[in-house]
Amino acid sequence: MSSTLLRAPKSGSKKIRILVAKPGLDGHDRGALVLCRAFRDAGMEVIYSGLLPTPEQVAQMAIDEDVDVVALSLLNGAHMTAFPKVVKYLKQKGGKDILVVGGGIIPDTDKSRLEKMGIKGNFGPGTLLKTIIDFIAVNVKNRKNTKTSAIRKKKGIS
Amino acid sequence: MVDSYWARKLGQLEERKRNTNKEFDKQSLDALRTRVKDWEKKILEHFISKSPERQDVFENASGVPLKRIYTLLDNGGPSYERELGLPGEFPYTRGVYPSMYRGRLWTMRMFSGFGTAEQTNKRLKYLLKEGETGLSIAFDMPTLYGYDADSDRAEGEVGKCGVSISSLEDMETLFSGIPLDQVSTSMTINAPAAVLTCMYAAVGEKQGMPLQKLRGTVQTDILKEYIAQKEWAFPPEAHLRIIRDMMVYCTKNMPYWHYISISGYHIREAGASAAQELAFTLADGFSYVELGKKAGLDVDSFVPRFSFFFNCDMDFFEEIAKFRAARRIWATVMKEKYKAKNPLSLLLRFHTQTSGVSLTWQQPLNNVVRTAIEALAAVLGGTQSLHTNSYDEAWALPTEEAVTVALRTQQIIAEETGVTHVTDPLGGSYYLEWLTNEMEEQAYRYFDKIDQLGGVLSAIKQGYLQREIANTSYLKTQQMENGKKSVVGVNKYLVDEEKPIKYLQVNPALQKKASIRLRALRRRRDQKKLKLSLEKLRAAFEDPEANSVQVMLAAVKSYATLQEIMDVGRKAFGGWKEPVLA
Repeated sequence: MSSTLLRAPKSGSKKIRILVAKPGLDGHDRGALVLCRAFRDAGMEVIYSGLLPTPEQVAQMAIDEDVDVVALSLLNGAHMTAFPKVVKYLKQKGGKDILVVGGGIIPDTDKSRLEKMGIKGNFGPGTLLKTIIDFIAVNVKNRKNTKTSAIRKKKGIS
Repeated sequence: MVDSYWARKLGQLEERKRNTNKEFDKQSLDALRTRVKDWEKKILEHFISKSPERQDVFENASGVPLKRIYTLLDNGGPSYERELGLPGEFPYTRGVYPSMYRGRLWTMRMFSGFGTAEQTNKRLKYLLKEGETGLSIAFDMPTLYGYDADSDRAEGEVGKCGVSISSLEDMETLFSGIPLDQVSTSMTINAPAAVLTCMYAAVGEKQGMPLQKLRGTVQTDILKEYIAQKEWAFPPEAHLRIIRDMMVYCTKNMPYWHYISISGYHIREAGASAAQELAFTLADGFSYVELGKKAGLDVDSFVPRFSFFFNCDMDFFEEIAKFRAARRIWATVMKEKYKAKNPLSLLLRFHTQTSGVSLTWQQPLNNVVRTAIEALAAVLGGTQSLHTNSYDEAWALPTEEAVTVALRTQQIIAEETGVTHVTDPLGGSYYLEWLTNEMEEQAYRYFDKIDQLGGVLSAIKQGYLQREIANTSYLKTQQMENGKKSVVGVNKYLVDEEKPIKYLQVNPALQKKASIRLRALRRRRDQKKLKLSLEKLRAAFEDPEANSVQVMLAAVKSYATLQEIMDVGRKAFGGWKEPVLA
């Protein structure tokens, strides 16, 4: 499956690169399409997975596209299976630093479990776009900082 | 402008706006015009200067600017000949039947399905006991996409969004103890619609019901899948060919079976406006008329089995106008463009579901009110059957308690409000008649545009219809963000803390159980018979002139699974990748 993407320069750009994806059998793409536009309007470089990729394909796209964030959307109740799988494959493929955020119809009890498995945000219906955009901006920044400090530590730079 | 039927119709509608119905005399109309002007100057201006209106501009949900008052001068005094008709009379604006709900109430048909066939069977029996008058089955995602419960692709999705049906065995369980000769069933399934129809027919046969007597509806409308719901298995041409096969087969063998339900519901849920829902749905309908004609059928033989399915959202009058406009357009186009003679070909009969998108996760009990208002609009719009959503559906599939409230909402409208006593009770409202005309015109503008793009299929391949919907959906989201559009509990009248409600949870172990049962079935089958039937199906799929329904029925009866049948199609036809939308 090839992604339907808006190509943008990978290097030298400070823009957030984000993959919006629906991992699984779920054609409800209204929210995902709205998010693609909203992220783009917010100045991010947006790649959309298109419909029906497997979790593994989503992880591969994220690696191939060298994204900072993967935004997962599911409205079919499969988030507890599909979201953690994306995280698992990301780790396997060397993308453990990629921020993974989730959204859809996610009950509170699932939210805390997803959070523990590394899926952040887990936004429900009616969430303002601004809330999601701000969350991503802050968390990508934090992650990039931790990443840099970890590298610095490794290299013995203080 | 190209000289097409649609362009000519648009011309006629323009003409209508200029000429008020000749049934009214010019003198009284002029007097009315003067009176309205006087009122604006002498009464209104003075009043507004002291007590200003809340907004500068009032718009309906589709962004159509609204005047503060409508009179005969706005709706032109609709002509009974061309625009209204009496109920049961061309162009059926006022209703498809002469006596409407004074005779039979609409069918109360609650869309149900979750977990296993056993679980859903219990829910169906519960709803029948509580007074539901028709069945409606919701399938889970793997079933909708044509995968078995034990497929890798089904992981985590079995029974989640509906009932899981992988074989005739599941279907037998689903309808066990429900006499199919006493109830009609609607099945919301599209890509594998033919397979599920065959399963239903096979269950009917086991209950002693011949094909000729089976009553019900299968959705089948694949065009709106590419436009909105995005549940396909093959490329559009392949699905359309199988729909053609169903048309031919059902027209001959299943006279009471609605083999297609042309659906605007999903188009609307994907973000379309009411006018877009109306236009794209009817455009799909006309495409299916063309499909049947191309298969050599006479329109009057197959169009009477068409049924329609609309959404009903919160803008009360716009929804009612949409239903009325839909009936008028369908009857007019079938008569004028397709030269239908059979009155049944002109009737747009439809099911309505209240809007899922209008339900809020926040303060879920408010959804009871939303659903009631939407259901009332559907009834005032003359629906033939109705599903009311449950208040907890922004959380999960409904609990028994929530679904009972939803069913009771319909029963209260039917038994307590009195709206059923008079047909089209809002007909003649200056505002509603003007709005009906307005919706009609917007629809014709889209028909013309789609025609210029080469028809619905071509417009889908160009991504036009999908983008139109996405544009509206983005606009609506922005309006909610900036407060231009209010949603109680979401951007207005918020509470500090949302109290959780009890909601339905589907057991994740279900897939394992279903897989074990499927494996047992696979071992039990007559392998020779099975192989032969799938081979015949492959041959039928590969021959574009063949009809695939009869051989599919044989495959289903030999207990070929849903996915085994769909895989034959995937191999013969390939898959589908949609145009770039984002």
